[in-house]
Amino acid sequence: MTEYFYTAPDALSLWFIAIIVIVFTAGAFYGADYLKAYRSHKRELRLHVFNYIAVFASMIALPLISNALVFLVAWEIMALGSYFLIIFESWKSDTIKAGLNFFIQSHISVVLLTIGFLMMYSKTGSFDFAAIKAYSSANPGTCGWPFALICMGFAVKAGFVPFHTWLPVAHPAAPAHISGVMSGVIIKIGIYGIFRAITLFNIDFTVAGAIILAVAAISGLYGVMMAIVQHNLKKLLAYHSIENIGIIGMGIGLGCMARGMGLDNVASLAFAGALLHTFNHALFKSSLFFTAGNVYQAAHTLNVEHLGGLFRRLPVTGLFFLVAAVAICGLPPMNGFVSELMIYLGLFGSLGNMAAASQLGITAAIVALVLIGGLAILCFTKAFGIVFLGESRSELPEMKEFGALRNVPLGILAAIMLSVGLCPGFYVGLINNILPELECTAVAIPRTISGIGIASACVIGISLLLALIRRIATRKRTITEGETWGCGYTVPSPKLQYTATSFVKTYAKTFSGVLKSGFIDKAADAYIRFTGRFAFLQNGRLQSYILYGIVFIVVTILLTFVLC
Amino acid sequence: MLSILLIFAAALFFSGIIVRTKSVCAGRRGPGVFQPIKDVARLFRKGAVYSTATTAIFKAAPVIYMASLLMAAACVPFGNMPGLISFEGDFVFFAYVLSLGKFFCIIAALDTASSFEGMGASRESLYSMLAEPVFFLVMGSIALLTGNTSFAGIFASLQTYGSFFNFGTALVMAVLLLLVAMIENSRLPIDDPKTHLELTMVHEVMILDNSGFDLGLILSAGYIKFAMYGAIIANLFLCGSFAGSIAIFTLVQLLCAVAIGLTESFMARFRMNHNPEFIFSLSAAAFLILFTIVNL
Repeated sequence: MTEYFYTAPDALSLWFIAIIVIVFTAGAFYGADYLKAYRSHKRELRLHVFNYIAVFASMIALPLISNALVFLVAWEIMALGSYFLIIFESWKSDTIKAGLNFFIQSHISVVLLTIGFLMMYSKTGSFDFAAIKAYSSANPGTCGWPFALICMGFAVKAGFVPFHTWLPVAHPAAPAHISGVMSGVIIKIGIYGIFRAITLFNIDFTVAGAIILAVAAISGLYGVMMAIVQHNLKKLLAYHSIENIGIIGMGIGLGCMARGMGLDNVASLAFAGALLHTFNHALFKSSLFFTAGNVYQAAHTLNVEHLGGLFRRLPVTGLFFLVAAVAICGLPPMNGFVSELMIYLGLFGSLGNMAAASQLGITAAIVALVLIGGLAILCFTKAFGIVFLGESRSELPEMKEFGALRNVPLGILAAIMLSVGLCPGFYVGLINNILPELECTAVAIPRTISGIGIASACVIGISLLLALIRRIATRKRTITEGETWGCGYTVPSPKLQYTATSFVKTYAKTFSGVLKSGFIDKAADAYIRFTGRFAFLQNGRLQSYILYGIVFIVVTILLTFVLC
Repeated sequence: MLSILLIFAAALFFSGIIVRTKSVCAGRRGPGVFQPIKDVARLFRKGAVYSTATTAIFKAAPVIYMASLLMAAACVPFGNMPGLISFEGDFVFFAYVLSLGKFFCIIAALDTASSFEGMGASRESLYSMLAEPVFFLVMGSIALLTGNTSFAGIFASLQTYGSFFNFGTALVMAVLLLLVAMIENSRLPIDDPKTHLELTMVHEVMILDNSGFDLGLILSAGYIKFAMYGAIIANLFLCGSFAGSIAIFTLVQLLCAVAIGLTESFMARFRMNHNPEFIFSLSAAAFLILFTIVNL
């Protein structure tokens, strides 16, 4: 048994297990309260709880496994379990459709992984990770294809463009705690896989890194640009997962490039930024999905055009959403800023030390990261402002704030997020233990780490101080309440408010070229047209299917004679 | 410490000089240099009206906006004297902490449930988002030129007067930064703060419902913002001696204010749909600077 597992798990495995345990535990408590609304569906609930535990167990096992075959088995348990978790509301046809989409795509990931590991098996004669590592370091530069296939398999799970299409479909269909767990950690297991592959393979990291960086930058921009125009709150958050996976990928890509070029400082900053952002994203994205679940159960809709003014009715939910929104935009004093800053420092640090062509690429990556940050602000001001502020845009049902079973996990997540912003040194210290496995030295920016902590504390301190001054200064002033100034119009109505569509109208017009170009949709359409030509094969006659089977077996047998 | 005091001092005059320039150009007697400051002082003493639609967010936003401005100003150095907050990558913190203030201003505008303020918020968020790459590209170019990634390191090792090339680059960067400052402060040619029609405003309409102390905070934060960008531009040209540096700082702030005043006197606001094009062209110019430095 022990030969299939790491007897002494390394820091990389432990880091991901920590993320999995935090989010799954929070999700379990939140989900317990969330599922109370489905008390009558006893059968579904039993299956759901069983699968939640199965997925949790397989997720913890995955980082500990050191054998490709066992890894694939655990991976399959995780994929099947997640499928059943997504189709909890199986009486809705949309949910089944979304679930099947996820089911097929996660098996494409399995196929890619299997081929990759088999290619390595044919070279080494062993499924052991140690054998892969030994072979790859003995024959550097020969394992490019298996590495690429394995990374692609993991990229499907992580949701990099163009393998992202399951995310915006599966997340809105799943119950809120599952969306949170799925976006928080299940897609992160893909990131773990890529990191593990980097530790195992010895390939041309400069090229691999450049490819990962380019794919990741496109994922990040595409994710956030699509997120802004979404009207379903959970779909918006799902596109944001693609964006954040893009940011993580930029760190991984830059780290690989720098490692290939021997820029040790840059590599450690970039890898550390990616690892920290993985942790950060797990925290704020699960918080956002949990609070979106509160909105759904209180208002019975996720369409932002029908929502509004929820902050007065659900103040705690609103506050947690706001905290997570500030964090996901990468704004100080929250945690997202720390990891993004590390990736920025990596990018700026690599600028002076590369060939001119690579520098152009790095410059483009910097601009992409800046734009991602700016667009995220547009997106989350829309999400928070339209859903929680202003007046409600339709007749909403009576609602009251949810109980401690939901608020305590959310509060703990928010506290961890703030702690990363206030004392980043602790978390960077943990990550420094991982970096030797990626063959880099520890992050060496002590001034920045302590500086961020102080600056974050100052942001909060000065805000509180100013609030106190404001309170004292306005104590004796006359405060009146009235209607919002309508610029002379005297019959205001909630219908006159700016809507989500109008808020992003200028943006949608400016970027309509990109949004409507359909650089994914066109390719998908072409693929569907192409495969449509083979539709005659699927004629529903049993005889034909038996014939296909016989032909396949004969061809396989013949091929072995021809090839060997 | 010195730099933030200088920024506060410059903030006292900056808007007044713009106003004076405009009235001189228009042939009016116009208000005095300290009129904007007097206006703010009066606002601080006034009561306030709050919309019944608003929540605590609306009251917290001006405070956080001001706090973000103060934190950003604390990052700006004065020549080789670092700012109060200084670390590698502090210019990223500078840009992101400003975004924090903007984030709260935008959601405060949506809090009022007014169509006008939502419109202003939508425009402001888009334009400042588009302008951000310009700032990062300019700072990235100087970082590349000097091999430093902190404000203090960059400006301490920047030899503006060392070569003709450096001086020329610094001049172009100064112009770009001034334009970024004008976009960030919602001035012409992006936005006309003196327009009378709410439909054509950007920043002014976003803060339409703020009054009293809150409006005072937002306006004074705007004055600090101008002086802060002026200080960054001045840093490009500071020389070794202390007295000379103070003189150059004053001169650059004065020049920036007059330049903004002249622009506002002789230019009309762009059509709204031309604003993104204008901002994109700034990014293109910033790209050119960076590529020139990359290929040195």
